Amino acid sequence: MEQMDDRRERKIVIPGDFLGTGRPGHGTYAESGQVFSKCVGLAEERSGLHIVIPLSGVYNPKKGDGVIGRIEEVIFSKWIVDINSPYQAALTLSDATEEFVDLTKTDLTRIFEPGELVFAEILSVSNSKQINLSMRSRKCRKLRGGRLINVTPSKVPRIIGRSGSMVEMIKNNTGTQIVVGQNGLVWVKGEGEDLATEAILTIEEKSHMHGLTDFIKNMLESSPKRVESAEFDLEKEKQRGQPSEMLDEEFVQEEVDDK
Amino acid sequence: MILFDSISAKEQSSFAIRKVIEMIEIDANLIKAMLRNGKRIDNRKSDEYREISIKPEIVQQAEGSAEVRLGNTHVVAGIKMSIGTPYSDSIDKGVMSVSAEFVPFASPEFDSGPPSEESIELARVVDRAIRESKMVAFEKLCIKENEHVWMVNIDIDILSDDGNLIDAASLAAAAALMTAKMPKLEMINDKPVASKEERADRIPLTGIAVTTTFVKIGNVIVADPGLTEISAMDARLSIGTLDGKLCSMQKGGSVGLTVEEIEQMADMALEKGDELRKELEKLVLN
Amino acid sequence: MKEEIKLIKNNKRIDGRKFTDLRPLEAKVGVLKRADGSAYFRIGNTIAIAGVMGPRKVHPKHMEKADRAILRTEYRMAPFSTWERSRPGPNRRAHEISMVTRKALEPVIFLEEFPKTAINVYIEILQADASTRCAGINAAALALADAGIPMKDLVSSCSAGIIEGQIVLDIAGQEDCHGELDFPIAYYPKKKHITLLQMDGIATNEQFKKILHLAVSGAEKIYEEQKKALRQKYQAELNQ
Repeated sequence: MEQMDDRRERKIVIPGDFLGTGRPGHGTYAESGQVFSKCVGLAEERSGLHIVIPLSGVYNPKKGDGVIGRIEEVIFSKWIVDINSPYQAALTLSDATEEFVDLTKTDLTRIFEPGELVFAEILSVSNSKQINLSMRSRKCRKLRGGRLINVTPSKVPRIIGRSGSMVEMIKNNTGTQIVVGQNGLVWVKGEGEDLATEAILTIEEKSHMHGLTDFIKNMLESSPKRVESAEFDLEKEKQRGQPSEMLDEEFVQEEVDDK
Repeated sequence: MILFDSISAKEQSSFAIRKVIEMIEIDANLIKAMLRNGKRIDNRKSDEYREISIKPEIVQQAEGSAEVRLGNTHVVAGIKMSIGTPYSDSIDKGVMSVSAEFVPFASPEFDSGPPSEESIELARVVDRAIRESKMVAFEKLCIKENEHVWMVNIDIDILSDDGNLIDAASLAAAAALMTAKMPKLEMINDKPVASKEERADRIPLTGIAVTTTFVKIGNVIVADPGLTEISAMDARLSIGTLDGKLCSMQKGGSVGLTVEEIEQMADMALEKGDELRKELEKLVLN
Repeated sequence: MKEEIKLIKNNKRIDGRKFTDLRPLEAKVGVLKRADGSAYFRIGNTIAIAGVMGPRKVHPKHMEKADRAILRTEYRMAPFSTWERSRPGPNRRAHEISMVTRKALEPVIFLEEFPKTAINVYIEILQADASTRCAGINAAALALADAGIPMKDLVSSCSAGIIEGQIVLDIAGQEDCHGELDFPIAYYPKKKHITLLQMDGIATNEQFKKILHLAVSGAEKIYEEQKKALRQKYQAELNQ
């Protein structure tokens, strides 16, 4: 459980730092066969591929990311969605639902109304940054009630933890539902919202602390606000369409394995 | 009318060349490719200026004026003088200000509105070459210390932008300064007043500052860039010189220059600056 | 008659520095809560704060570029930053400095990674004691990196000049008003490119070349301090 925070040799790099020869990956650039960092972040090298996990910056949409968005407006047969990024996203009717909707008879705001929150998947990002969302995956849904927490997008993998370990731990100790968007928005709902929020903000603040998981575990377990969620049942959650599966590896792209 | 001379046969042919150039849509890549083979789009040598024409004293209402054509780049500078108060940090010196404005027909890209960054930079670069070279003896433009000094207002009208406005404008400003006559000073009720009709002395000058501009396109450095070359340029350096010395510089463009490139440009500036100065002396003082 | 000011006494400058000394400097990253990135840069008595907002949507929309972000820079002097109050609002000097600052920074930024957006850089000079544009650029480069803007390198800026015939580094205070020549540059160290260069004052070709090399050496020293400050902020987070 703990390895993701500890032991790994992580080096802080800044723009222009030389990383080595080899292939340039995310967060790096190459010039005459040498690879350099192009942002402030943590450098890692894996069989010749250099990557830098950025430590700051706005959310730059990537295909396949799960994001939390707020419906801004309805234009013809699509919704315009604010995804906490410099770019707005579009959700077309056909990507929003599998059901047949007769546009002549249906007011689209009855499906999603401006102001509502959704968890959606990024279907495509064009070169000119036209972004399309999809809600056809089982993980995607409308988020009703609860509260929204804004964190630095680059710290999202820490909140999720390896294979979702961190977020599961928070859920289990606070009796909440939690949905984490790669775009730096975290939705929390349930009895222990306060404690869950506290834990998430602590992770953001101390995201690169060694032994973070233990620290958070201790914080949750010793808190008087702790809510034991005996009734918590992952299978049941899944059946109810709760987005526990969104914590699968596919959504945790930057949290690479230890070995 | 000097400003709108009919187009001469020679100009007409260059006009025709320009038309062809426009038609084949010169892009940055073509210019770069040609330069790699040592050729400029209009066949000039790398350090060669376009044809220069300087006509002083073209506006009678102004104390000084000059029209300059540098190829198809065309500017007019005018000087108006008045009496004002000195700045508190130089109570015994005259005051100068330089402004530049695009006349709307100067370029199709022109956008009316507040002064563009480009015209602000142009005015400030021209201003600095004059000021920093100390070509104007400002201490001699003091009428009474701390009270009255001459104000020299230089305005530059850009009539046609075909590249390298900085050199053209700085030539025009220098020519206007060299030929200007200051208004006669009259005392009315013990206060100095500039005469509206009568003109007296020339503006006291210590030398002639000129600005020479170079651009780097790929790995090539060329002098006096035309508009198409400017569209392809990586970096620009304008250098003011006076009597074998460097007096002001301004870099433009969004690519850097190496120390060696800058040194090379400085050497070229001293050489080309002398050539331009001779043009000015010849044309103006005849 | 005005009092003559001696800028050099016993081979020392008016503030006690040697000819090739920088003033004491201080750089801090992440000083503004609401900006996406920010930095503070002080050199002697010149203090600049830079804040970066973005990448964000472009207003007005017609200014956006389909294939890259636009970089906007705004240099401002606080009205109280000088002995005599400076009128608020941008004047022509501020406009020009904003422009040359933008061009000094542009070469290192991967603008193409955020098409259709604007990256806004605001530079506020809180205290002006010469070389303000250099301090502003040094702060801005750090603020951009702090904002997570993808960059090839930082940009470091330093001035040199001539006072009483002597070539000196980092013009300050009285040297600015009474010196003979001011020469600010910005430097892109990885590529050894000069991305800003202005010169006001008279120099022989030989002097000029010495000044140029001196200014570059100053920028290289500032580069080291900038890197230290940037690492420090993030290292501190890591060490918590």
